[in-house]
Amino acid sequence: MKNLALFERHQALGAKMMAFAGYNMPVSYSSITQEHQAVRERLGVFDVSHMGQFIIRGKDALNVVQYLTSNNAAKLAPGKVQYSCLLNEKGGIVDDLLVYQLQDNGYMLVVNAANIDKDKAWILKHITPEQDVEFLDISSRTTLLAVQGPKAAQALQSLTKVDLVNMTYYTFEKGVFADCENVLISATGYTGAGGFELYFDNKHAEKIWDAVLEAGRDHGILPCGLGARDTLRLEKGYCLYGNDMNEENNPYEAGLGWITKLKKATPSIAQEALMAVKTDGPLKKLIGFELVDKGIARHGYPILEADSGVPIGEVTSGTKSPSLGKAIGMGYVPTAQAIVGSTIKIGVRKKQLEAKIVKTPFL
Amino acid sequence: MSNIPSDLKYTKDHEWVRVQDDVLVIGITDFAQGELGDIVYVEIDTLDEEVEAESAFGSVEAVKTVSELFMPLSGTVVEFNERLEDEPELVNTDPYGEGWIVKVRPNDMTDIEELLTAEAYGNEIGA
Repeated sequence: MKNLALFERHQALGAKMMAFAGYNMPVSYSSITQEHQAVRERLGVFDVSHMGQFIIRGKDALNVVQYLTSNNAAKLAPGKVQYSCLLNEKGGIVDDLLVYQLQDNGYMLVVNAANIDKDKAWILKHITPEQDVEFLDISSRTTLLAVQGPKAAQALQSLTKVDLVNMTYYTFEKGVFADCENVLISATGYTGAGGFELYFDNKHAEKIWDAVLEAGRDHGILPCGLGARDTLRLEKGYCLYGNDMNEENNPYEAGLGWITKLKKATPSIAQEALMAVKTDGPLKKLIGFELVDKGIARHGYPILEADSGVPIGEVTSGTKSPSLGKAIGMGYVPTAQAIVGSTIKIGVRKKQLEAKIVKTPFL
Repeated sequence: MSNIPSDLKYTKDHEWVRVQDDVLVIGITDFAQGELGDIVYVEIDTLDEEVEAESAFGSVEAVKTVSELFMPLSGTVVEFNERLEDEPELVNTDPYGEGWIVKVRPNDMTDIEELLTAEAYGNEIGA
């Protein structure tokens, strides 16, 4: 089990810790609901340093990224970020990730903690000796803080000269932050509440963590754990790798057709497979649902056809939405049944609860 | 530190039991609610049913987890705290009072002697 650079800070704050992807991670500090509300209404800070970061640079870096990911990285420019999928040749999702263009011929890929080793092996396997590419895994020396919520820019502006207030969503800048050099400040996040993600060397971890909490104090900042991160992302319908998608799903099934580009100059490894899916249509689709009956649907519960009670899929994520006060969830059902407004049932222990397919995001 | 009132009986499954005339009032302990975090739903699917000791009589759901509730002793579930339908958070804010969960008519009231004392429960959770 690995500890984060800020482990002692989390302990001192009384965080409940949980093993996640080989890391000892904070689940919550005060309460998941309070942390959730702080992010929606004000400000929260998450230590998500378990995430992985790879640098790919060199003359052929773009080709490598284009070949292995679904989105069109040629549309990036230094300072821009893109959401994308790492693909296998069948069109299956190896991981979902952010692609940062750091400079000409230089990219940073941000991947899920549980997939760091798998992704690294997959990428290295597809770099040929003739290619001019350098690959670096900087995960273990990088701390990543997500400072999220409507007050983020206002609260953090005192800590940097980088213009946070006018920073466009999915762009980033490197600069001095809380007197620490070389902090990558990115207008991204996994909460749908706005805010920034800060990437920097572990040696600055305590200084920047303390500075963020201090700068956020007047704005009601709360340290937040993985629990609130999960309820926040689910309200926005963001997929969680391992729950809502895996290598058996292609991006069209997972609702990620919008980051799947089939007309790139360098097509991806999955070009043929995904062309076929696009032509024929996906066999199943990830849907969002709200429970009509009382109860909560959880990961792994069966989705049933309303009239017959026949299983047609499985819940991939489910929770009681703190902002909406409703039980919400996602899951895969056959495309013919993935119709917004139609009724399904969820098997919750001994009962079958009525639910309705709704559009995502839920909030 | 968890609150463990000395006038109640306890189980290893973190329930408390209060004798009220010929019925038992049952809830979960302060320690349990703290471990679970925000309770968002309480489901009792055994109302008016006789349930054996240590069998599940319902469940409490926190934001991230579901935990089953186990009968401290054999008996019939005679009442559910209906306020919890709309205010499940009472289990967090007042676990030994407004946050009680069910009332049970025990088959044999003397079974209560088998339950843990406050001191024994405190040892159980390392309090």
